[in-house]
Amino acid sequence: MDRRTTFWLLCLPPLLWLSLFFVVPLLLMAAFSLRPDVRGELWQWWTPTLNQYARALATGSFSRLLGISTLMALGVAVSATVLAYPVAYFLVWRAGIRAGLFLLLLLMPFWTSYLLRVMAWKFMLGSEGVINSFLLYLGVVDNPLTILLYNRGAVVVTLIYVWIPFAALPILVALQRIDSSLQEAAADLGASPFWRFWRVTFPLSLPGVLAAFFMVFIPTVGEYVTPLLVGGSRGAMYGNIIQDFFTKAANWPLGAALGMIMLVSTIVLVAVAVRVVDLRSLVEQ
Amino acid sequence: MDTTDGTKFSRGAAGRRPTLLGLYYLALISLLYLPIAILFLFSVNANTTLAFPLGSLTLNWYQKLFESSALLRAARNSLVVAVGSSFVATALGTMVAILVARYHFRAKNLVLALAVLPLIVPFIVLGVALLLLFAALGIDRSLWTVGVAHTIVSLPFTLIIILARLAGFDASLEEAAMDLGASYLTTLRRIVLPLITPAMVAGWLTAFTVSFDEFALALFLAGTEPTFPVYLFSQLRFASRLPVLIALAVLLMTGTLTLVLIAERIRRTDY
Repeated sequence: MDRRTTFWLLCLPPLLWLSLFFVVPLLLMAAFSLRPDVRGELWQWWTPTLNQYARALATGSFSRLLGISTLMALGVAVSATVLAYPVAYFLVWRAGIRAGLFLLLLLMPFWTSYLLRVMAWKFMLGSEGVINSFLLYLGVVDNPLTILLYNRGAVVVTLIYVWIPFAALPILVALQRIDSSLQEAAADLGASPFWRFWRVTFPLSLPGVLAAFFMVFIPTVGEYVTPLLVGGSRGAMYGNIIQDFFTKAANWPLGAALGMIMLVSTIVLVAVAVRVVDLRSLVEQ
Repeated sequence: MDTTDGTKFSRGAAGRRPTLLGLYYLALISLLYLPIAILFLFSVNANTTLAFPLGSLTLNWYQKLFESSALLRAARNSLVVAVGSSFVATALGTMVAILVARYHFRAKNLVLALAVLPLIVPFIVLGVALLLLFAALGIDRSLWTVGVAHTIVSLPFTLIIILARLAGFDASLEEAAMDLGASYLTTLRRIVLPLITPAMVAGWLTAFTVSFDEFALALFLAGTEPTFPVYLFSQLRFASRLPVLIALAVLLMTGTLTLVLIAERIRRTDY
């Protein structure tokens, strides 16, 4: 069978590649999280134990940081979605023939270097940064404000900034799918503009809103780069302790257990999200 | 738009006077571009410290850029990794897309899920998992290990772009080719691939920008040869080198943007 041979030709390379460089590493991490301690060679046999998980969960600072990171991601995702909604609404219903250009303008920052945009905020908020030197120059303050950088607030602000353009996209798609005759009908029945929005447009755009929320929330929970740059020691997130155990602290089994906890909670969250949001309603014609 | 107040509800009914929403859009866009504008400002500012008041205007940093061999080397490394990983990601994405769009088999949803799953696995988790794999295999970290990681995270993007294109035209062209005696492989090569070439190019360019900008994985997997974001990160603590770094970053940003615009153009091309 010719078509059958082609099937295997198409099937094997991606499956092998994904198995070797995606599935196996994650399984290896799962196996490593069951190691009793850091002693012994990499290939040495070990008796599986849940010690690392017990330690990870018993250490108050780890679980607290997981909770804080989740809350931070929640704040970032809600803020980015709320701030992006009016923009998406503007682009779909008000921007007119220049909507394409306006959309491009909105998305362009997202395509510039991520690291650099985060760095830009460091320059903005730092004690010798733009805001402080500007305030000093104007004479509003005598000493640079140190509360702007290296805390959780700085991380949250920077991440909201990074995600707004991205959050606007699914909302935009959902708004574009709304049949304008529904709004006309609401108007004909005497609904005011506010009620037309609240009872017709907004409920119909909810799949896009939820998609935007999850698309921001999920990568934000696992964030470790932004806290590294603008968070400092006071602004660390859960991802930073995983990073620490694989670099400075060199406790790979514990790091692997912490990573598994993050991986499993993310996958559970996505499974819930997929149930709540019918993603197909956003892509199907 | 035949009813009298139809335009009121039609998309893009732009009034002449600025609306509240329009002002909001303008404010948000200004805020989004402010940090980028500030970066650009410092790349042409003569002072080494990034502070107000500004010094005189200079192109000095752009000139110095070409004297720093480590910087250029890091940029070249990123280029090599991005080009290589994008080719692999596009090839794999094309294969999976054809499988999903043109074959019926039981594990189809599983294959599709596996290929898009990298989108939801936190980069820190994927990074340490790959670190473990390469350590277990005794492979030293290098540009190769970074490139491999980038093929995995780029694959969902190439797959989705190519899949959308494949879903866009029906299979009757392929059936016609096969009725005329072409084998399925020949049909793929002569009919399907030319039709999805724009999507493959767009996918490649998207994968390129993903890889070129990627830092979270590269930090774990780069060995002695840094990619540009890793180099940028390592130099951050030396304040005097910042203006040169920013100058190069501004240049690279312009390059990436050009690629994105080209990718958009190609993706939207219909013929």
